[in-house]
Amino acid sequence: MIELICIGCPKGCKLLVDENNDHSVTGHSCQIGVEYGRNEVLNPTRVLTTIVKIENGIHNCLPVKSSKPLPKNKLIEASRFLKDIVVKSPVKTNQVIVKNILDTGIDIIATRDM
Amino acid sequence: MYDLIVIGAGPAGLSAALTAYEKGLKKILVVERDKEMGGILNQCIHNGFGLHLFKEELTGPEFAGKFIEKIKETNIEIMLDTMVLKLDENKNIYILNTKGYQKLSAKAIILAMGCRERTRGAIATPGDRGAGVYTAGAAQRYMNMDGYSVGNKVVILGSGDIGLIMARRMTLEGAKVLACVEINPYSAGLRRNIKQCLEDFNIPLYLSHTITDIKCTNNRVSKVIVSKVDEAYNTIKDSEIEIECDTVLLSIGLIPENELSKEANITIDQRTKGPVVYENMETSVEGIFCCGNVVQVHDLADNVALEAKKAALAACKYVLNERTFEREIKVEVNKPISYTVPQKIHLPIDEKLIDISFRTNKILGKCVIKVVNSSGEVICKYPREYVIPAELEKINIPVSLIKDEKNNITIFIEED
Ligand SMILES: Cc1cc2nc3c(=O)[nH]c(=O)nc-3n(C[C@H](O)[C@H](O)[C@H](O)COP(=O)(O)OP(=O)(O)OC[C@H]3O[C@@H](n4cnc5c(N)ncnc54)[C@H](O)[C@@H]3O)c2cc1C
Ligand code: SF4
Repeated sequence: MIELICIGCPKGCKLLVDENNDHSVTGHSCQIGVEYGRNEVLNPTRVLTTIVKIENGIHNCLPVKSSKPLPKNKLIEASRFLKDIVVKSPVKTNQVIVKNILDTGIDIIATRDM
Repeated sequence: MYDLIVIGAGPAGLSAALTAYEKGLKKILVVERDKEMGGILNQCIHNGFGLHLFKEELTGPEFAGKFIEKIKETNIEIMLDTMVLKLDENKNIYILNTKGYQKLSAKAIILAMGCRERTRGAIATPGDRGAGVYTAGAAQRYMNMDGYSVGNKVVILGSGDIGLIMARRMTLEGAKVLACVEINPYSAGLRRNIKQCLEDFNIPLYLSHTITDIKCTNNRVSKVIVSKVDEAYNTIKDSEIEIECDTVLLSIGLIPENELSKEANITIDQRTKGPVVYENMETSVEGIFCCGNVVQVHDLADNVALEAKKAALAACKYVLNERTFEREIKVEVNKPISYTVPQKIHLPIDEKLIDISFRTNKILGKCVIKVVNSSGEVICKYPREYVIPAELEKINIPVSLIKDEKNNITIFIEED
């Protein structure tokens, strides 16, 4: 049995994943927990939230996120890659900032208008 | 004369203004000192917002964006770059902006000023006074909005959520976070943040430890001394660990921002540091309501938005003269419950349920929350698997069970 805290929402359910029984999950309060539990053992992923530089915006930085969860071991590399990106205002929420980051098939998108 | 003035354009203020607008109030003004709407959410670029309200996981700016978009479709008046300097009991506010100083009046006021961070002075950390000590929220703003990092080798004091979120943020930006130090035997942050912000990056969490000295070299932090504490928070001799670092982030809690409230003679609860409120989020001054972090520190922006709706509905009833109540009762607490919000309840009211939220000051396992009336009878019970200080606990009491109460109800919590 592998014990995990679900990060699907702030409730933080204590999950038990049975690696000897097809990674079945118990302790969840909703379906997100089941998926999280399985994934966390088999292929852990996280949504990356960070910033890129923006010119002529109300602030110096534009908040962005990965459109889908990235493999956990790519988070630091992806952050490093985004450090050198500069965009120009105006940008709309959900606008693609970097397509297919690190060949993961996942995009980096803006999380606000600026 | 406005129907309603809302002070603060964070999620509380925006949600309140929208609800009042939807309920038909005509002249609504929101006053915000910052240059944009959204409040503290603008700097909370991580996700975890909106799961309850919008059924999807949003970042802080996305969550704020949902409200801002809706506000823009209304004729709610928004005054940005405008500071409210003073509020009085007669529902006048005194504001300052580039056009000068002005007095504005309203039939009802909603306070939504949020909270500010406790600073180093508030807990008197000993040591040298040099550069490199920041509150976690200030560091968050520098990093996420202004675009510069505050340091390379970081120790975080306090395990509040903002500190945990910043541990991950700074790690991803290439800094080394060496430790998170918490004086209590439990974390002040949500479990999911311990997992995804500390454990994911192998950052050690020292529970029952505190920083006992900060050393500086050339006016910049160069190391901290971390010591273990006993149950009475006294440092234990010879338990010191030295950690070389250039930055200390303080994540030691938030305090509701109530300077304006105090000037208007609104009664403040010394436990929450927010106004004493009734079930409809009204303060001790009739017609002045409050919601969000100005009342108590909330864990979830979703709950802030919901509480704001409640305050706005009550403000509408007040303005439209639709109130029903004649008397009030008190909500008392018993240890280890630290406080409740609301602290008072109006009766009789039309609502079917009254939400009561509270925090405990220790971790409890399987337990039962009991509500007892002034005759000593248990009127309702709520079993819980656990209750922890980091999470705001909630119960709702059917109004039918307390409608004849004349004095008070008391909330107890008992471990099985
Ligand atoms: C530094 C910090 C970081 C946080 N990070 C997180 C997080 O990562 N995740 C999370 O879930 N929660 C976080 N929180 C909690 C978060 O504050 C709440 O979830 C929520 O945003 C509170 O909403 P609010 O509208 O009550 O307050 P706020 O969002 O703080 O809004 C209050 C607004 O009132 C304005 N105001 C105050 N006084 C005046 C005045 N006199 N005149 C005019 N305007 C005024 C302020 O400028 C501000 O815009 C954080 C809080 C702080 C202080
Ligand atoms: S299982 Fe569901 S309710 Fe429990 S923490 Fe995960 S997402 Fe939240």
